Amino acid sequence: MSNFKKLVIEPLRKTNPVTVLVLGICSCLAVTAQLKPALVMGASVTVVTALSNFIISLLRKGIPSRIRIIVQLVVVAALVILIDQFLKAFAYDVSKQLSVYVGLIITNCIIMGRLEAFALSHGPWESFLDGLGNGLGYSLILVVVAFFRELLGSGTLLGYQVIPQSFYEAGYMNNGLMILPPMALIIVGVIIWIQRTRHPEMQENQN
Amino acid sequence: MELFKLLIKSVFVDNMIFAYFLGMCSYLAVSKTVKTSAGLGLAVTFVLVVTVPVNYLINKYLLSPGALTWISPKLASVDLSFLTYILFIAIIAAIVQILEMVIETFTPALHSALGIFLPLIAVNCAILGCSLFMQERGFGNVGEAAVFGLGSGLGWLLAITTIAAIREKLRYSKIPKGLQGVGISFIITGLMGVAFMAFMGIKL
Repeated sequence: MSNFKKLVIEPLRKTNPVTVLVLGICSCLAVTAQLKPALVMGASVTVVTALSNFIISLLRKGIPSRIRIIVQLVVVAALVILIDQFLKAFAYDVSKQLSVYVGLIITNCIIMGRLEAFALSHGPWESFLDGLGNGLGYSLILVVVAFFRELLGSGTLLGYQVIPQSFYEAGYMNNGLMILPPMALIIVGVIIWIQRTRHPEMQENQN
Repeated sequence: MELFKLLIKSVFVDNMIFAYFLGMCSYLAVSKTVKTSAGLGLAVTFVLVVTVPVNYLINKYLLSPGALTWISPKLASVDLSFLTYILFIAIIAAIVQILEMVIETFTPALHSALGIFLPLIAVNCAILGCSLFMQERGFGNVGEAAVFGLGSGLGWLLAITTIAAIREKLRYSKIPKGLQGVGISFIITGLMGVAFMAFMGIKL
């Protein structure tokens, strides 16, 4: 149980892949203009991280270390193709919205990072949990960023209007800047700031 | 002239970092000094110029629906586009390996400048992303694909050297404790992104 807790819960906070290890930023920022694609993306990455960690951990004794990157890429790419086809079949509009970012899960550094740092030296079940935890940690940041961007940028959540009409009549305006790409970076910056202020041991020394 | 427009557009308007966030991981990790960032930027540009046209050909003659007709008309109904990801990434990984060997043999000086970065590049999302954008936008010929690769690479080079220069200067300023390091880099990139949005108004 404690092992489970350590592997799955820690990446949500203390060793969060996005805000602490700074991995997998690219897709994290691009898909967060709305909540729905962010949820789908988070779920896809979690599935791919968990399964690829599991598979590579099973194969770890058979892979020659010189060609391990290629083997890892092939396993991950195969999983991503499955996800991509699945999304195209069951959630076509979201898959269109995510466009190339589904494919970019392959080069998401969280996945490669966990494969290299964890799956190559641990058993399959532990690796699976580690992948799950890191995927969830990634999804958490994605959802938080998307929540604020959609709420402040479009006044909706998952496409439903949440800011009442009377606000708009009283002169409230959506912040169009929130929809634009640069704001995602600034929100992640602020999340990091808040997190590191609460946990001073994470702070970096000025060079 | 069309090619020139495409080049300018892919450097400034569709900048890989500020508009699509591609290659952010190495962008944040390596941008501590201008010298290394310029090296990585050059390596990325170099790899993009080679991989995008190659992937363009792969896409045109192997992957897109009906692409196999040049082998035999019977294959017109074959659609291999679901293999895109695996083939593109395999091509990129292979080209990076080959490039590293070629550079090492023929230009040792360049190799010592770019060498350490090349293996990293295979998993840089800017490279795969650029190929996927190339596929999505459907360029007319190899030349356009190559120019798109060049422009995207230069845009990335521009972004990483700029932020490295800013971060070098930042060492002398007082930043709140929680923001030091990664936090401030994110916010600076965001602000640079806002600045780069000014280029969106350019009509080419």
